[in-house]
Amino acid sequence: MLSGWFVVLLSATYVGVLFAIARFGDARADAGRSIISANVYGLSLAVYCTSWTFFGSVGRATSGGLSFLTIYLGPTLMLLCVGVIIKMIRIAKAQRITSIADFIASRYGKSQLLAGLVTVIAVIGIVPYIALQLKAVAASLAVLFDQPGHTIHLWGVDSTFLVAGVLALFTILFGTRHLDATERHEGMVAAVAFESVVKLLAFVAVGVFVTYGMYGGFVDVFQRALAHPELAGLLQLDSSRAGAWASMILLSGLAIVFLPRQFQVMVVENVDESHLKRAVWLFPLYLLLINIFVLPVALGGLLHFGAQGGNPDTFVLTLPLSQGAESLALLVFIGGLSAATGMVIVETIALSTMICNDLVMPALLRSRWLQRQQQSDLSGLLIGIRRVAIALILLLGYIYFKAAGEAYALVGIGLISFAAVAQFAPALFGGMYWKQGTRAGALAGLLCGFSVWLYTLLLPSFAKSGWIDSSFVEHGLFGIDWLRAQALFGLSGLDEISHCLWWSMLANIGAYIAVSLHSRPDALEAGQAERFVDVFRHAQRVPDSRLWRGNASLSELATLLERFLGPQRARQQLAGYARTRRVSDWRSLPADAEFVHFAETELAGAIGSASARAMVSSVTREEDLGLEEVLDILDEATQVRAHSRELEAKQQALEAATAELREANERLRELDRMKDDFISTVTHELRTPLTSIRALSEMLFDDPKVELEQRRRFLGIIVSETERLTRLINQILDMAKLESGRAEWTTGEVNVGDVVREAGEALGPLYREKGVHLSIDIAEGLPVVLADRDRLMQVVVNLLSNAVKFVAPASGSVSVVVAREKNLLQVSVADNGPGLTAEECGVIFEKFRQGGNTMTDKPQGTGLGLPISRQIVEYFGGKLWVESAPGAGATFIFTVPLAKAAPEA
Amino acid sequence: MKRLSPVRQRLGALALFGVPLLSFPVLGLPQGEVAGIPAIFLYLFGVWGVLILLAARVAERQGK
Amino acid sequence: MSKKILIVDDEPNIVISLEFLLKKEGFEVAVAADGEEALAQVASFNPDLILLDVMMPRKSGFEVCEALRSDPSRAGLLIVMLTAKGRDTEVAKGLAIGADAYVTKPFSTKDLLARVKDMLGLA
Repeated sequence: MLSGWFVVLLSATYVGVLFAIARFGDARADAGRSIISANVYGLSLAVYCTSWTFFGSVGRATSGGLSFLTIYLGPTLMLLCVGVIIKMIRIAKAQRITSIADFIASRYGKSQLLAGLVTVIAVIGIVPYIALQLKAVAASLAVLFDQPGHTIHLWGVDSTFLVAGVLALFTILFGTRHLDATERHEGMVAAVAFESVVKLLAFVAVGVFVTYGMYGGFVDVFQRALAHPELAGLLQLDSSRAGAWASMILLSGLAIVFLPRQFQVMVVENVDESHLKRAVWLFPLYLLLINIFVLPVALGGLLHFGAQGGNPDTFVLTLPLSQGAESLALLVFIGGLSAATGMVIVETIALSTMICNDLVMPALLRSRWLQRQQQSDLSGLLIGIRRVAIALILLLGYIYFKAAGEAYALVGIGLISFAAVAQFAPALFGGMYWKQGTRAGALAGLLCGFSVWLYTLLLPSFAKSGWIDSSFVEHGLFGIDWLRAQALFGLSGLDEISHCLWWSMLANIGAYIAVSLHSRPDALEAGQAERFVDVFRHAQRVPDSRLWRGNASLSELATLLERFLGPQRARQQLAGYARTRRVSDWRSLPADAEFVHFAETELAGAIGSASARAMVSSVTREEDLGLEEVLDILDEATQVRAHSRELEAKQQALEAATAELREANERLRELDRMKDDFISTVTHELRTPLTSIRALSEMLFDDPKVELEQRRRFLGIIVSETERLTRLINQILDMAKLESGRAEWTTGEVNVGDVVREAGEALGPLYREKGVHLSIDIAEGLPVVLADRDRLMQVVVNLLSNAVKFVAPASGSVSVVVAREKNLLQVSVADNGPGLTAEECGVIFEKFRQGGNTMTDKPQGTGLGLPISRQIVEYFGGKLWVESAPGAGATFIFTVPLAKAAPEA
Repeated sequence: MKRLSPVRQRLGALALFGVPLLSFPVLGLPQGEVAGIPAIFLYLFGVWGVLILLAARVAERQGK
Repeated sequence: MSKKILIVDDEPNIVISLEFLLKKEGFEVAVAADGEEALAQVASFNPDLILLDVMMPRKSGFEVCEALRSDPSRAGLLIVMLTAKGRDTEVAKGLAIGADAYVTKPFSTKDLLARVKDMLGLA
């Protein structure tokens, strides 16, 4: 038996830790060092998992098997639609949106009526959900103290009331510390993220305890359950519930965005869009982990306690307690408390903002009392209103809990709330993507959807609790059969949630579209529609300031800001704004449209867009632009954008063309320079042999008395220089033909081995003369290649004669290897000459560049052999390169592709 | 017209891919048990896990 | 005492012809096949005139010319540049760095001899 004091102390300590975290988060935010990272953001979304998940999932699994998973699969799928969520965040930031009511109202011309309606729907829809949290905490306390069904009293006070009071206090302290321009509560988000971790750990702990401690793992639990026919049914899906399955996924997918607390953490509290990238998988992973043990725990509870075994909603507590694991039960209690507090705090903050901005403020602004308080600071009043609203919401929750108490299972209440907020979907999504949606349409859609929800879901739940007469459920309103609340127009066979979703969505979407198409938006609406739908294109505020024309007074607007933001914060914002317009003192700012827009946006952050609009209008004299003019301005803005895009595109095209021309010119110049160099080099190469020929011939001609031997020697030189000249001219012509592509090729099947052998024979005398050893190694059975035989011969002869030139006489040796390399034929000519440096390896294939620094005398080459050989080899589709290092000889290698896909040798 | 970023498009495609996999009639297919665990339990958590894994790979890949 | 001439060229056949031509005229002749060898020969052979090819391995004729002209003790050495590249820019470059004459290949043996003798004051 756990001591009451101990539980109270533990709970108090836990709440104290939350306080500390929230305080730390706020302090860091004030210091400008946000602790909201992508992970914290992702975890804060898990405020979705309330005590309904923590306790209720198990309860639901005991009756519906795996169908509880739909509540978590929907959000997983919805979150993958990142584009939609990012657009929502972008709009919310641009418009300083503070709540989902604000979002919808702002889109449809900052309508106070619409904001109020959304707020009313949200409050009516959510209060039962808050009651559910209180009920869960109360139930877990009762189990912990072993007094099921009894109210626990501490110091004579109902413990549930105490819990509600503590939660209200916490929420007030950290949710309404000051009026933020953007309504962010970083401390609260950090605390919620922490709570998410606690409840996950607690649930996984009890899951492991039941699955692996009480039973022998998943397989054991499942096998035991399968042995019971009544339990075996929970382990398979009933395809007759396909409709319910799909509508639950849809419903929960909408809830993850539209529940006020989810909108708060996902959109309003988002500090950085890129955090979504983490959340998109971290949050679904969280959901998966917290759900993986639900079914085993549910089955374990049913197996353990038998058919009559108590409330399945508290299995997570009763199972550990039945085994005497009291500390685990305490951890689970704390986890459940976490789930409940997290939800209550965020939900009440979101709702209190909506109530303050969209219900109380509009009424106050009209009241004479406020008008009398012209100059006073109202920021304190605003905070006060919110605090009262928080306390009231929790009180309402408590009253609902007291009244509804045991009437309905936990899970039923949650789904009723889901269905209520789903009514926001058509107006909100329509507003984001459809410019024609109007305020009248949104109002009509919301009203119709809400009415259907009220009639088909909320009132029947009241009837089930016995508060009202249930005849409208059983026999239809006024006894009209087709008005039966849960079989409207005779639609039966659906579960109540699917039935409500189907009819309410039909009414909602139908009314929204039909009325939108038959109504015209006013000027303000048209402007807002443009800003919402095209938010990605309105990176800069182009049309914003042009959509307002009139007279404003700087001091009156500044006073307005001071009244609602507080003097200090107002001055701060004004100074910041003045800096963006490069004005040193905000008092010298012009009271122009842009300033009015700034003031309105700042106010919107504090009191919501609809109230802000009303306040700004009260101190400015605005000229009515009229719809036509607004549409013209927007149209013009679109046209200007289109024109400037066109201009930009043309300019880019021009720039690209200029760059291309410049490049071409550059290439031409380079070619010209190369040609010049080439001619100069060719001239040099031709003049050199001519010099010897001319000098020797002149000397022989002038002096007939030259000795015979000398004469023979000179004539020999003349002949060889003439040959050199001829060779040079031939090769230059050959090169020119190859380069210009005018060379003639006789392509046929060539046996490379034969060519190499023949070349070796032709050069045999030269090698023998110099005493150089030549070895030729040709692999067996080589396939033929497609090439020009004579040209190939030219290459081989060139390589062989190069090699013999570079090796030392007598000790030199050259080896030729012909082999197959995959689908290539490879010929390598290796010598044991002086080798080449890395630099030389590159340049020897350039025209007129001969290797040979280490040679004793100048080689009798033209400097064109290798470039020509390379041209030839590349023409055949092969490659020619050299591998060498100084002192290690050189190996010239060329490849020729095989004729066809010749079979592997 | 500004094009949607590829990451957003890929995640959206994952959602479109996930909807039929997590709805009837596909859900009616896994029957019986695999290694002592009901096939539908394995299927649901398996598809869910794979969706999360793919989403993580798409979202966390260094694109922008 | 006969004048000393150093022939510097990397083409052996040109060296052979020049050597024969100048020896026949009674000059004392030494040869070098590249720039570095040329500088060594200048130091040991101490020529009065040098026939210097421009395009050579290791050290070009221009570099040899510059090296010689930076040595004040060699102020009296006559330098005749030989080149197969006849571009005006190269002639100008050769003269600018201190060559005394510039002869384009192929040359007339008679003209070359006359030029050499003239420069050595033997005409």
